[in-house]
Amino acid sequence: MAGGPRRQYNNPIIRWIEYRLPIVSTMEATLGRDMPTPRNLNYWWSMGMILTVALAIQILTGIFLAMHYVPTAEGAFDSVERIMRDVNNGWMIRYMHANGASLFFAAVYIHIMRGLYYGSYKAPRELLWILGVLLLFIMMATAFIGYVLPWGQMSFWGATVITNLFSAIPLIGETLTTWIWGGFAVDNPTLNRFFSLHYLLPFVIAGITVLHIWALHVHGPSNPLGISPKGKHDTLPYHPYYTTKYLTVFGITLIIFAFFVFYEPLYLNHPDSFKPADPLSTPSHIVPEWYFLPFYAILRAIPDKLGGVIMFIASVAILFLVPFLDTSKVRSARFRPIYKQFYWIFIADVLLLGWCGSQPAGGIALLLARLGTVYYFAHFLLVMPLVGWFEKPRAIPEGISKPVIPKERAGFTAETSPEAAE
Amino acid sequence: MSSTVGKDHDKEASRRDFLFITAGAASLVGAGMAVWPFINSMNPAKDTLALASTEVDLSPIEEGQRLTVMWRKKPVFIDHRTKDQIDQARNVELSTLKDPQSDSERVQRPEWLVMVGICTHLGCIPKGQRTGDQLGEYKGWFCPCHGSHYDTSGRIRKGPAPTNLPVPPYKFTNETTIQIG
Ligand code: HEM
Ligand code: FES
Repeated sequence: MAGGPRRQYNNPIIRWIEYRLPIVSTMEATLGRDMPTPRNLNYWWSMGMILTVALAIQILTGIFLAMHYVPTAEGAFDSVERIMRDVNNGWMIRYMHANGASLFFAAVYIHIMRGLYYGSYKAPRELLWILGVLLLFIMMATAFIGYVLPWGQMSFWGATVITNLFSAIPLIGETLTTWIWGGFAVDNPTLNRFFSLHYLLPFVIAGITVLHIWALHVHGPSNPLGISPKGKHDTLPYHPYYTTKYLTVFGITLIIFAFFVFYEPLYLNHPDSFKPADPLSTPSHIVPEWYFLPFYAILRAIPDKLGGVIMFIASVAILFLVPFLDTSKVRSARFRPIYKQFYWIFIADVLLLGWCGSQPAGGIALLLARLGTVYYFAHFLLVMPLVGWFEKPRAIPEGISKPVIPKERAGFTAETSPEAAE
Repeated sequence: MSSTVGKDHDKEASRRDFLFITAGAASLVGAGMAVWPFINSMNPAKDTLALASTEVDLSPIEEGQRLTVMWRKKPVFIDHRTKDQIDQARNVELSTLKDPQSDSERVQRPEWLVMVGICTHLGCIPKGQRTGDQLGEYKGWFCPCHGSHYDTSGRIRKGPAPTNLPVPPYKFTNETTIQIG
């Protein structure tokens, strides 16, 4: 990953390894003491670490669950109950896994909100952002498939509704859904392949995460001011400065996580998950997990089946285009008075959509979901390009270290764009 | 490549390009052929396909009763319709339907309506098979998932479902027995 001269090590074992496989120096150059990092990163930049921890928790707990889980339509539900009652500490491992998925999504959404606020997706970090959106997609697929595995009522009907989305595709829809199911309805073959994929995809996530961090390493992280470091005085080594700073966040996260696992493990669960799957009776109100609610609201807001499916996918896929839709050269919303306001309206809109997605379809929730959907897409397709065009950014400091120097000497310039310094 | 190849070599380069393209195309076809068995392995297996037909004895179903049977792991609705329900299904202007189909196209014998009981929107099971179920605005079936209303011929009348409840292939093997599939 890293080019340039490598650090010399005194420890003979490390020297021996380094000469053959420069792994220690590569790690130190990626997120260690040889990674120059802007000195002004705030706590919103800690989510990368939390996401890595969340992935590790999911893989570890998942491997132990898989030792007891039975991936058949007959056995799945009972094996999960057995994990809960009979397997030593099985309840804890399962609750960590189920709530770990929520932790993962909470972290990724904060991570994305950070990116949207501070313009982290702008040149030269477009590909870094696109890899991130790809990770989000695979995470969603993994979590959806994982939710099917316990084979309760919500698992079964969630799987039915979501796999049926593919039947909306003209011409090949029917063939495609039969292929996905391996039969004529969601059934044993579907569960088998879902388990296979659920085991595979987290490792695909791990692989793409390596690319994501590699791309991060090339230009380094952005920062709350959105201006690039101009030299050594603007940076700090990632380790120990940020590793320790973010260890605080890590600790707080673990406390919250432990609270859910040990005291409210079912807070985010749905009572229908306690009934075994019954292909003959649909629960009266199907709701996805909280992290899918805004997108589910968009799906239901469109009165047409194919249209709903397209908008559903587009609502996530539009994130791919963000680097090209935002026309402003200024990265950070701190210096973008208009965009900043739209940003918060957008966040409110997503929360509103989330609420709509949790309600039964119809009435006021449906109306609000429709308005919310229109605004959701307008934010990306109209607000982002137009505000960037018309807005007059506030004065941008000359350098990262400048704001701490007395104003008279700081030399604020009004029109310098951070790009000019790139 | 072209920037380093001089004018004289243009002919040779194009012959080489031809080789590249044919070799590339052949390997693509080969790769496709190698991938296909894997993709196809995910299609319904032989034993899944073998469960493909079901016989149903209609004699115990009284007029006005509905029965659900399983066919290819899907629920099939069998409705012994009353005269009223048949009339309702037949007195409809076809042009007002979302998926225009006359009732006689959907049944072999007017009193027996047989169809796959899976909402054509996103696959929930519509209500209406059990006494006391909500039947929807058209007195047929109602899907609570996203609010699709079906009439007494199982045709979509209101809501997001795009098409009528499908009629499976079936035949009367004698007066009171049908074979589905
Ligand atoms: C990206 C990482 C992952 C995510 C987001 C994720 C998500 C989920 C979710 C939401 C469930 C349903 C939990 C429940 O309600 O019971 C689940 C179940 C399951 N997962 Fe994962 N998972 C991940 C990684 C893994 C890995 C790597 C394995 C195996 C090595 C695994 C094995 C299982 C098993 C066996 C179940 C069924 C048992 C159960 O329901 O608790 N998971 N997963
Ligand atoms: S699945 Fe029946 S209305 Fe959506």
